[in-house]
Amino acid sequence: MKVKDYIFVAVVCVIFIIILLRLWQLQILNTEKYKKLAEQNRIRIIKIPAPRGIIYDRNGIPLVENIPSFAALISPEYTDKVDVNLLAKILNISVEDLQKKFKRKSESIYMPIRIKENLTFKEIAMLEARRSEIPGLIIETEIKRHYPFGPATAHLLGYLGKITEQQIRTNPQYKNLPSYFLVGQTGLEKTFDAKLLGVPGEKIIEVDALGRELRLIKESPPIKGEDIYLTIDALLQESAYKAFEGYSGAFVALKPDTGEILALLSSPSFDPNIFVEGGSDSYWNELLNNSRTPLLNRAIQGLYAPGSTFKIITALAALEEGLITPEKNLVNCAGGINFGKWSFGCWKKEGHGPVNLAKALIESCDVYFYELGRILGIGKIYKYATLLGLGSPTGFSSEEKPGLVPNEEWKRNVKKTSWFLGDTFNTSIGQGFLKVTPLQMANIMATLVNGGIKVTPYIIRNTSPQREYLNLNPKNLEIIKNILSGVVNEPNGTAAGARSYIIKFGGKTGTVQVVSKKIKEKISYKNIEHHAWFIGFAPVEKPEIVFAVIVEHGGSGGAVAAPLAKNILEGYILKKRQLNVKN
Amino acid sequence: MLKIDRRLITSFDWITFSIVVFICIIGILTIYSATRPPLDEGEQPPFYVKQLIWLTIAIVFLFIFVTFDYLKLKNFWLIFYITGILLLVLVLFIGKTAMGAKRWINLGFFSFQPSEIFKIIFIISISAFLENKNSPLSVKDTLKTLFIFGIIPFVLIVKQPDLGTALLILSITFIMIIYKGLQIRLLLLFLSVFLISIFFLWEILWEGLREYQRNRLIAFIDPTIDPKGIGYNVMQSVITVGSGGFLGKGFLQGTQGPLKFLPERHTDFIFPIFAEEWGFVGCLFLLTLYFIIFMRCFQTSTIAKDNFGKFLSLGFTSVFILYFFINIGMTLGIMPVVGIPLPFMSYGGTTLLANFIGIALVINVRMRRFELFYP
Repeated sequence: MKVKDYIFVAVVCVIFIIILLRLWQLQILNTEKYKKLAEQNRIRIIKIPAPRGIIYDRNGIPLVENIPSFAALISPEYTDKVDVNLLAKILNISVEDLQKKFKRKSESIYMPIRIKENLTFKEIAMLEARRSEIPGLIIETEIKRHYPFGPATAHLLGYLGKITEQQIRTNPQYKNLPSYFLVGQTGLEKTFDAKLLGVPGEKIIEVDALGRELRLIKESPPIKGEDIYLTIDALLQESAYKAFEGYSGAFVALKPDTGEILALLSSPSFDPNIFVEGGSDSYWNELLNNSRTPLLNRAIQGLYAPGSTFKIITALAALEEGLITPEKNLVNCAGGINFGKWSFGCWKKEGHGPVNLAKALIESCDVYFYELGRILGIGKIYKYATLLGLGSPTGFSSEEKPGLVPNEEWKRNVKKTSWFLGDTFNTSIGQGFLKVTPLQMANIMATLVNGGIKVTPYIIRNTSPQREYLNLNPKNLEIIKNILSGVVNEPNGTAAGARSYIIKFGGKTGTVQVVSKKIKEKISYKNIEHHAWFIGFAPVEKPEIVFAVIVEHGGSGGAVAAPLAKNILEGYILKKRQLNVKN
Repeated sequence: MLKIDRRLITSFDWITFSIVVFICIIGILTIYSATRPPLDEGEQPPFYVKQLIWLTIAIVFLFIFVTFDYLKLKNFWLIFYITGILLLVLVLFIGKTAMGAKRWINLGFFSFQPSEIFKIIFIISISAFLENKNSPLSVKDTLKTLFIFGIIPFVLIVKQPDLGTALLILSITFIMIIYKGLQIRLLLLFLSVFLISIFFLWEILWEGLREYQRNRLIAFIDPTIDPKGIGYNVMQSVITVGSGGFLGKGFLQGTQGPLKFLPERHTDFIFPIFAEEWGFVGCLFLLTLYFIIFMRCFQTSTIAKDNFGKFLSLGFTSVFILYFFINIGMTLGIMPVVGIPLPFMSYGGTTLLANFIGIALVINVRMRRFELFYP
């Protein structure tokens, strides 16, 4: 062999060594990486949403159900073969929208593109009939949430929405869920999402390079979410919703001995079923821009001055401190008192004359409570208000607002001024800086009729009630309770007009000035009407329900809120009787 | 009737023959695996059956091409070569266009690639041409060879366009000239012309390339630029090879081919399919087979009784090695994607036939390395 021959052989050897080294690199050093890539090529994991748990009321009536729904999808490889005009016409969407959807494709280039959800039976029939002109069409059966009570339970139950990126990042339960999954975004659907969600099913399929499904490798069926049983009474909730038609406000009802929430209504409301239907951007914007804020859950997030309903607390504080006896005429109401250069009026300009505790509460005499406030001082009022649960959430939900009970320290820190006796006067009749939620006020009613046992409101049945003994004198509570019956049932009571012959109930009205009288005279505008309160219990003899009603800008508590409470209770009882007769 | 010397039969290179056929059978099994049902049901008869038929035909051709003395070819080289060039010209006018290139001539019942036939003619002709020239070649002879066997076919084949084959022809011309003996000054001249032209003509060359050729070069430099587009072939090929691992996934267990993630899986990218199923061990075995063939063919060139036989074997050996390296290199992502098949394994009748004729001629040279006793 000549030199050239050796060179030739050497070159060939080098070529083989290069190939072997490269093979070594690919097949031995990095094989795991490439094996994974090859698997990712052919394996597609499809998550199947599990049917969510059903939410039932205390009597087993479903408040939300799962109903089947149909969606139209198109396989991406057929987008250019579909008769776009026909499809757009059948589904009643614009051709441009359709083409936009085709262009955007899905997360994976092989995933079918969702064209329209909630197909009507007519649409399905038309699609099936023209299937040959719409190749790649997939009609998928899905499970949709349906809320039979609609707006009546909207704030309570909340609604579902597509899982957000932040949720996927922060909640370990949502990890690995695809972005088309629906999870609870507000209300109970959100709070109990972990339970309701269930375990998504998984389909592991083999696909080819065109994304065609070749075979099912493994399938695990979804596991339905847990059902939830609430303490809510759907009939009461619905009755409240009907009574509140046209009003802004809230209604909360509790079972006093346990703290079970029987009804939790906020008005105005919205229809969660429209969210379910999808494509409701206009509805959503309408809700967001509505000046009556329908998305706000007023029952636990609405903050109002308690008005005269607070007088219960002032009275109780005075009794507990032994500063008054119920029978004693503490003041002679002449329609107001003067204090320095300030004058504090009673709502009844002509005055109440001599007033004892019963008369003071029944007729809601302000002057009597100014006097109590003077005797007690803000410290004592603060003590009993906070003891009864004002100024902090009741412990029912993390979305609750705490509200505010003012005292000297608070005013110094926040308002940077010192506390005046006038502030005490205002506080003692429930005005001024006080801020409470309807739920808090209902809970105070519960403590009152429980003989001083404060409960934590709850909504899930079979929760063991949490009770707290407040060491209040049951006698004092009984005195107030009996007087509150008079508010409704005695002819001169502020809520006498709301007296019911179906159910005897008691309570306290409240009328909250939104703006001072001076300003009120200057502008005539709807939103300067008073807020109307009524907090009460029924039946009087052995209370089974306590409740709080607030009607924003409704007018006076006696004229608006108390009759509303009466309507709710009577409507509920009548409906219940009607059902019992049927059964 | 041809007289066959017993010595011819005993000196027939059975080792090369059986290894080549063995590689072909590996190829057919791999083609079967790459195009196995259910996805490729449509192709009737299936690719592997067609390839088996072609193999049978090719073996018959191989035996035909060893029966006569290769020296006889020498006398007809000019006729061969003119015919070959005419075929290349013809294909430019009446060629069938497939995938943007005119490479096929359709004869009605079947179509063939003139460039495959030209390869054989080219090697016979250049070997005959160089045989009686002085060694080292004079400047005149060098330029003559380069022009007749390098530039003319290069231009014609590039026109098709089939850059891969054109470059191959040019490379073989260079190898043959160098082997015949190139004057040092000419070697230096060629080298400097080559370097300078690359340096200055890069832009022109780049502009002259077709869109897909440019894309292939871009994809070669960085396959991750667009994994679903131009770099897709290379990425998938490398994934296919790499996922085989040490022992492979097992015969018919590969996923990249049958699921069509790898394009051209039964033709240009047959090697990754094999590598996926048989792993590093299988590749080592296959490479060994190829190495033995290459070495035996090359050995033939060193023991041939005359210069014509020597260049004939050397030419074919070079063709096989270049095809092999470019094809494997491309599937491993260390060479740009050029549509060049893997000898003896890739699906394709004309190519298989041409390669078998090449092997037959090399065996022919080896059989007749002894001076025979009768004319």
